[in-house]
Amino acid sequence: MAKREVDEVSGTETTGHEWDGIKELDTPMPKWWLGLFYACIVWAIGYWVVYPAWPTLSGYTHGMLNHSQRDDVTANVAALKSARSVKEAALRDASLADIQRNPELQQFAMAAGKTLFGDNCAPCHGAGGQGARTYPNLNDDVWLWGGKLSDIQHTITVGIRSTSPDTRQSQMPAFGHDGMLKPAEIGDLAEYVVHLSGRPANAKAVRRATKLFADNCAMCHGADGKGNRSMGAPNLTDNEWLYGPNREDIADQITNGHGGEMPTWGGRLSPEEIKALAVYVHNLGGGE
Amino acid sequence: MDFLPPRNDAFSAPAMAAEGVARSDAVASNSAANRKLFKSRVPIYPKEVDGLYRNLKWAMMAITLSIYYLTPWLRWNRGPGAPGQAVLVDLAHERLYFFFIEIWPQEVYYITGLLIMAAVSLFLINALFGRLWCGYSCPQTVWTDLFIWVETRIEGDRAARIRLAAAPWTAGKVAKRVSKHAIWLLFAVGTGGAWVFYFNDAPTLFHQLVTGAASLGNYAAIAGLAFTTYSLGGLMREQVCTYMCPWPRIQAAMTDTEALGVTYRRDRGEPRGPHKKGQPWEGRGSCIDCNQCVAACPMGIDIRDGAQLECINCGLCIDACDDIMMRIELPKGLIAFDTEANVERRLAGKPARFRFLRPRTALYGGILVLVAAIMLLTLSFRHTLDLDVMRDRNPNFVTLADGAIRNAYTLKLMNRTGQARTLTLSVNGITARSVNVIGVGDVKGAVPLVVDADKVRTLRVLVTVAKPDLAASHALNFTLGDTNGKESRNVAAIFVPGDVK
Ligand code: SF4
Ligand code: SF4
Repeated sequence: MAKREVDEVSGTETTGHEWDGIKELDTPMPKWWLGLFYACIVWAIGYWVVYPAWPTLSGYTHGMLNHSQRDDVTANVAALKSARSVKEAALRDASLADIQRNPELQQFAMAAGKTLFGDNCAPCHGAGGQGARTYPNLNDDVWLWGGKLSDIQHTITVGIRSTSPDTRQSQMPAFGHDGMLKPAEIGDLAEYVVHLSGRPANAKAVRRATKLFADNCAMCHGADGKGNRSMGAPNLTDNEWLYGPNREDIADQITNGHGGEMPTWGGRLSPEEIKALAVYVHNLGGGE
Repeated sequence: MDFLPPRNDAFSAPAMAAEGVARSDAVASNSAANRKLFKSRVPIYPKEVDGLYRNLKWAMMAITLSIYYLTPWLRWNRGPGAPGQAVLVDLAHERLYFFFIEIWPQEVYYITGLLIMAAVSLFLINALFGRLWCGYSCPQTVWTDLFIWVETRIEGDRAARIRLAAAPWTAGKVAKRVSKHAIWLLFAVGTGGAWVFYFNDAPTLFHQLVTGAASLGNYAAIAGLAFTTYSLGGLMREQVCTYMCPWPRIQAAMTDTEALGVTYRRDRGEPRGPHKKGQPWEGRGSCIDCNQCVAACPMGIDIRDGAQLECINCGLCIDACDDIMMRIELPKGLIAFDTEANVERRLAGKPARFRFLRPRTALYGGILVLVAAIMLLTLSFRHTLDLDVMRDRNPNFVTLADGAIRNAYTLKLMNRTGQARTLTLSVNGITARSVNVIGVGDVKGAVPLVVDADKVRTLRVLVTVAKPDLAASHALNFTLGDTNGKESRNVAAIFVPGDVK
């Protein structure tokens, strides 16, 4: 480095760097800046002393405050729970009419129910409760086990064909698979069910299947095929088909007697959570 | 400047160190003697002046500080249950109150509008009159000015303060210093204290603060702001403007030679020099090089060096120089609010003129008027009731047992007044079999619904159509009206009749 260059205008030295004729002044930093730097170092040392900082062989230094984010979370969750407890208690004791009369309680139940639904129910019933083949749609007005708030609450609590001793239980026999009916008879019955739902069907097959239906199906589905909620037997006269609406689908169901399983939530969710969930499902639009 | 090595022209001419050994011109540029990486602050002791601009600054200080300290105490009656404070940021309930205006979080664009107006006003004023904001209303300037005023009352004017700084630590000096810092701290705490009142009911919080019942957050906010006020206004002062604030850099890029600013009229002042009584003024400038303008400057600069990044346009050097001009019986205004262009014009023998109307001032003014007009218009047509309609899209539609199609809508009814209101909701434009408001029941025609004061009511509405036409989605309208018929909101939505082909 040869001669030190001093900028004419400012009287300040330059760094010697030059870009397209523009030179950089080597202005010294203000002293307080240095002060800030040292202050940060002091702050950091204070931080080590006060907060958890260094790993040790068997753990870490806890610091004077013995602070732990895990404890914070636990405390926050507990605080949240106690903050919610008032509304949860109100929700537990309220009837459907009470809840609907009280917009605040209704909103509380809906918000809680929505989260719970997303966490627990959406994998099978869909994010909007729209259902899918073999998983019931919760938006419509078709209910296998009843659509009153108390019915929904009970179904969620005990489940269907679940491990709970109180589970809702129904079993469609596998008529074909277990050799109770011959394939031709099953074909006729499928035709009969199509006829029940108001669609055009083969009149001869329907006539042949009339007795078959009365002997094998009417016990659960009713002589008119309108189903029976106390047994979870679906209505065969409406537009809703859990296992598909076509003749082949219906014949397959008579042959194999599919039945899905809904787990029991009684042990896993609190009664208040189940109530909120039931309010949410009820309010999807199909509630009775 | 003390951190520079002495300029030594001999460096350029190599000398002989001994016979046959040329002396190198190398400099130990990183030796401690040559290089200081950090520059200590040279303290500034501005001399108190008297005059037009000093009085304007006192007035502005009184106005701005009064606004800041007193605003939270203004009361405003909004009826029972609503806060009675004229200006309040209610974070817990997500409301912002400003006299008759109440802003909800979803209307935050009003704040955006205000910020745009603030920025454009800054540009406009800068283009017209220079850094008036810096000199007169920036909190940094106002509090620094206040702290210097306290300092001057306790330690005396410039000369006395310089003497005191150099004096040994006697009991008297300690007493002066302690009382100065104590009063500074008092103002600092008051400043932080006033801040928290904007976020809480002032009288209640004041009582809590004094009795120790206020929340830790409030005390922490006061302590934090007290610390920044004390250190920025009392200790850092001009360094905040010179080193920390971005505005001097931005304004330097935005200004032009036609913008007014505190200007040393070098066309009149030069050549400067001392003047003896009775000597003629012909052939010399009016500046007698008395340095009074330098002594008065709170930023520690010499305005005679021309426009500088440090100059906050406070005009105190004008007052200082005008006083001198009066004493030597010359016309005032050697330093004045003037433009660089005018100095050049006068030097070229042309008359001075002020060009306030320039493309940039017209543009800034235009933007300002436009934004203000939009804000005023939207504010005056602002609804006190509002309706949001969100159609369920998952599922898009629901097929009922009998084949009818149902769509679900979530409605948000907003009542922005301080009284509970009965509103009527009606659905039209579609032949529906049923319109069911969950919790209210099946409704035909208009349903009366109560929405509490200052609240949003969320409703789920189910619209069922028996045999909808599958050709396309249908349009329908939700109408929310006030029972007295003064206000109504109409929201268009669609009805999806199934898997539309
Ligand atoms: S030069 Fe004059 S106007 Fe600028 S900061 Fe100093 S006293 Fe104020
Ligand atoms: S106060 Fe006026 S006369 Fe004195 S040095 Fe400054 S410009 Fe010159």
